[in-house]
Amino acid sequence: MSDLTIDAPRQRDIARAGRLLFGAGLVLLVLWVLVPIWLLMVNALSAPSEVTGFPKRLWPSFDLASVRFFWNFQGVTAALWNSVQVAALTMVLSIGMGAPAGYALTRFDFPGKEFFRIMVIMTRAFPLPLLALPLAVMFIRTGLDDSIIGLALVHAMLALPFAVLITYSLFSGIPVELEEAAWTLGCTRWQAFVKVVLPLAAPGIAASAVFAFVISWNEVFAAAVLTIQNRTLTAFLLQSLNVSPLPLKFAGGAALVLPALIFIFAVRRYLFAMWGIANR
Amino acid sequence: MAEIRIKGVAKSFGSFTALHSVDMTIRDREFMVLLGASGCGKTTLLRIIAGLETPSQGEVWIGDRRVDHLPPRDRGIAMVFQNYAVFPHLTVFENIAFGLRMKKLPQAEVDRRVNRTAELMHIEQLLARYSGELSGGQRQRVAVARALAMEPDVILMDEPLSNLDALLRLEMRAELKGVLAESKTTTIYVTHDQVEAMSLADRIAVMNGGYIVQADDPVQVYRNPAARFVGSFIGNPPMNFLPAERLGDGRWRVAGQEFAGPRAGPARIDFAIRPEDLGLADAGLRARVRVVEPLGAHTLVTTDVDGHLVRAVIDSTLTPQPGEVLTLAPIPDRIRWFDPETSAAIP
Amino acid sequence: MPRVLPYLLLLPASLFLLAFFFYPFGLVVVESFTRGGEWSTANFERMFGHWKFSTAFWNTIWLTAIVVPVQLIMALTMASMVQKLKTGRSGLLYIFAIPLGISDLAAGLIWLAIFEQSGFLNSFLHFFGVIDRPVLFLGYQNLWVIFLAVCLAEIWRATAIMMVIIVAGMGLIPKEYGEAAEVFGASRWQRFTKVTLPLLRPSLQTALILRILMAFEVFAVVVALGGTTLPVLMGETFQWQFQLNDRGVAAAYAMVILGLSVAFSLVVLRLLHVPKGARI
Repeated sequence: MSDLTIDAPRQRDIARAGRLLFGAGLVLLVLWVLVPIWLLMVNALSAPSEVTGFPKRLWPSFDLASVRFFWNFQGVTAALWNSVQVAALTMVLSIGMGAPAGYALTRFDFPGKEFFRIMVIMTRAFPLPLLALPLAVMFIRTGLDDSIIGLALVHAMLALPFAVLITYSLFSGIPVELEEAAWTLGCTRWQAFVKVVLPLAAPGIAASAVFAFVISWNEVFAAAVLTIQNRTLTAFLLQSLNVSPLPLKFAGGAALVLPALIFIFAVRRYLFAMWGIANR
Repeated sequence: MAEIRIKGVAKSFGSFTALHSVDMTIRDREFMVLLGASGCGKTTLLRIIAGLETPSQGEVWIGDRRVDHLPPRDRGIAMVFQNYAVFPHLTVFENIAFGLRMKKLPQAEVDRRVNRTAELMHIEQLLARYSGELSGGQRQRVAVARALAMEPDVILMDEPLSNLDALLRLEMRAELKGVLAESKTTTIYVTHDQVEAMSLADRIAVMNGGYIVQADDPVQVYRNPAARFVGSFIGNPPMNFLPAERLGDGRWRVAGQEFAGPRAGPARIDFAIRPEDLGLADAGLRARVRVVEPLGAHTLVTTDVDGHLVRAVIDSTLTPQPGEVLTLAPIPDRIRWFDPETSAAIP
Repeated sequence: MPRVLPYLLLLPASLFLLAFFFYPFGLVVVESFTRGGEWSTANFERMFGHWKFSTAFWNTIWLTAIVVPVQLIMALTMASMVQKLKTGRSGLLYIFAIPLGISDLAAGLIWLAIFEQSGFLNSFLHFFGVIDRPVLFLGYQNLWVIFLAVCLAEIWRATAIMMVIIVAGMGLIPKEYGEAAEVFGASRWQRFTKVTLPLLRPSLQTALILRILMAFEVFAVVVALGGTTLPVLMGETFQWQFQLNDRGVAAAYAMVILGLSVAFSLVVLRLLHVPKGARI
C-alpha cells in the first residue's frame, strides 16, 4: 500500500508524458500525410516561374498561371476527358457485374459458390496491370485498342474483385427477413430487391462505385500500355515525364489528386464500412 | 374458406431431415399453435406453408387451392417474423401500407386500413416515425399491424413474442389474443413457450424431431398427452415418470405401492403423474425430500422416490425439511401410463 | 426456378473474369515461352542475360524488403492511435486514409516536388543555412538518393492500405480479451504483443500479401522520381514491350513478377497461418 502512495504522483507524470508523446506522435503522423500534398498544391497554385524557381516558399501565391498552362497544354483537356469517360465506364461495368455476383454469394447456397469466391480472391494475387500486355494484342485484333472501352474493360477487371467483395459484405448486412417479408406482402423477387434492399444498400453501392472510379482514375500501367491517341491523364503524364516542364507535372499531379481527395472525403463513412468497421 | 390441409409434407436439407411426412388439417378461423423445442421442425413447417421453403414432398392446400408451388404473394397469407422485419427505410405508415400498395389499392382504402390496424395495435401516434426510433415492442406491433392490414385468409406468426422481455410478452400475449380473435382469420403460430401455446391456441400441435406428436386442444394436450414427450414438455414443472411392474389383473406396482392401471400392455410400463396432482396423504408413495422451494403461490418439493426424482406441488403454508419423508398420493384419474418402447400413451 | 437464378447473377462476372483475366493470363504464360512461333525458353534466357535484369530484380526486392516492414510498423502504430482516440476518430481515419485515393504516379510527383533540384527539400535546407546552392538529389550519380526518395514515396503512399485492413481487424477483436489480459496483470505493451497482435494475424496476412504484391509492381513512382536510372521489374516489362518491342521478353518479366508474388504470398500464408480452432 505504501508503494502506491509514494508512486502516485510519479505515475501521474508518467501518464502525462505518455499522453504528450501520443499527442506529439499523432501530430507528426498527420503532418507526414498532409504536408506533401500541401506542397504539391503549393506548386500547382504558383506561377510557372515560381515552380521552377528556387528557393520555394511554403505558401502558394495563388497564381493560376500554372493551372492555365496545364489546361491549355496540348492534349491535356482531351486526356482529362478520356480519364473521366474511362472511369465512369469502369464504375458502371464493375458495379453492374459485381453487385449481382455479391448478391448471389450472400443469398444463395449452390455448388460452385466457394469456387467462384476463390476465383475472385485469386485475381488479387496476380499483378493485374500486366494483363494489359496480352490484352493490348487482343484489342488490336478486335479493334478495341486505344479505345475508351478497351481500357475501361481492363480497369473494370481491376475493380471487379473489389465490387464483388464489397457488395457481398453490404448485402450480408441486410437481413434476408426483410426480403421475405416483402415477398409475403406481394412483391416478386425483383420488386423486393428494388423496394427493400436497394434503398438500404444504395449508399454502400454508391461508395463502391466511387471507389471503382478512383481506381480507374489513378491507374497508370494499363493506361500507358493501352492508350496512344486517346490517352488518359495518367498515361499522358507518364509518357511526357521526360519532356514535360515542371509546372505541367505538378499541375497534372494536382489534377490527379484533387478529384480523388474529394471523392474519398464524400464516401469516407463507407470507406470503413466497406472494410467492416463501425465508427464507434 | 381458409382451411389449410398439409398432406404428407416432408423437408430435407441435404442429409438432414427437418420434417418427416407431416399431415394436418387446420380449420377455417382456427388458432393453431405449432409448439416444440428448437430444431423440431415447427418453423420449417410454417415457412413451407408461407411459401418461403418448398417441401421436398407432399402437398399444401389453402382453401380449395393447392399452393405448394406458388410464391408467397399468391397464397393469400400474411406473416409476422420473429425479428419483425420492419423496413428501416420506410415510416410506420408506409410499412403497414406496403402490402396494400403492392395490391394497388386506392389511397382511400389504404388510409382506412392503415389507420384501423394502427388503432387496433395502439400505434396511431407512431405512424410518421421510422423503425430505428421505435422500441422492440413497438416494432412488433408494426409487424402485426402490417399483417392484419392485408386482411389475409391466413396469418402466420413465427415466435413473434420471443424477443420481448417477460412483462411485455405477457401484455402482448393478451393483446394478440384479443386482436386475432376479433379478426376471425385462420392463424398459425409457432412458439417454443408452452404457456403461450396453452393461452392462445384453439389447438396445439406438439412437434418433436420433425414429427407432429399430438394435435389437440390445450386441455386435452395437458390432461391426456399422447406420448411421453408431450407430457414432459408441457407443464411446468414437468410430469413425473416412474417405472411400473405388472402385477396382473390391472394392478401395477410403482415404487412399492399398488395402483390400478391398464389391463393390457407389456410387463413394464411408465407411470406418470403431474406435480400438482400429487398431494400429501396417509397412504401413497414414500418420498424423501431433497429440495424445498417456497415459490409464494405454492411450494415445490423435489423428492426422491425409490431412487427416482419426483416433484410435487403442495400448499404454500407447508414447508417440509430436506431429509423428511413425505407420503404423496396421486389423484387416481390423473394418472397416465406410457409404453416405455414406443412412448405412446396407454389408454 | 430459384436454382438457376444464382448462376444467372454470377454469369456476367464469371464470363468477364474468363475473358479478361484467365484468357490473358494464359496468353502471357504462352507468350513468355514462345519465341519465333515455337516453344522455347529463349525469352527467359534473353531476359536473364540482359545486364539490367539483375539490377531490376534486386532493386525491386530491396525496395520491398525495406519498405514493407517499415510500413507494417507504421500501419500498426497508426491503427493503434486510431483505436485509442475517442473523439475525432473518423476525422483522423480520413486523414490517414487520404493516400488510398492517390495514384502512384501522383505520389511520385508529390515527392518529386520535394526532392527535385528546385524543390522543397533543397529550399528547406537552404533556409536553415545547411547548403548554399541547391543539391542535385535525383541525379544518376546518387542512385541511392533516388532509391531513398522512392522508398519514402512508397511508404507515404501505401501505408494507408495496410492501416485500413489492420483497423478493420482490430475492430473485430472483442474488448473483453484486452480487459481480461489487463485484469490478469498485462501491461499495455504486453496486451498489444500477446493479445492484439496474435488475434490480428488474419488481417496482417491480408495486409502483408496485398502490400508485397503491390510492391513488386512498383512502377510509376520510380519513373516519376528517377526516370530510367533506377530499373525495377515492372519498368523493365514496360521497356521491353514498348521501347524494345519484344513482347516475349516482356512476358517473361511478367512471369518473374508473378512467380515472386506467388512465392511470397505462400511464405506469408505459412508464417502467419492461423489454425482453424484458434480464430476469433
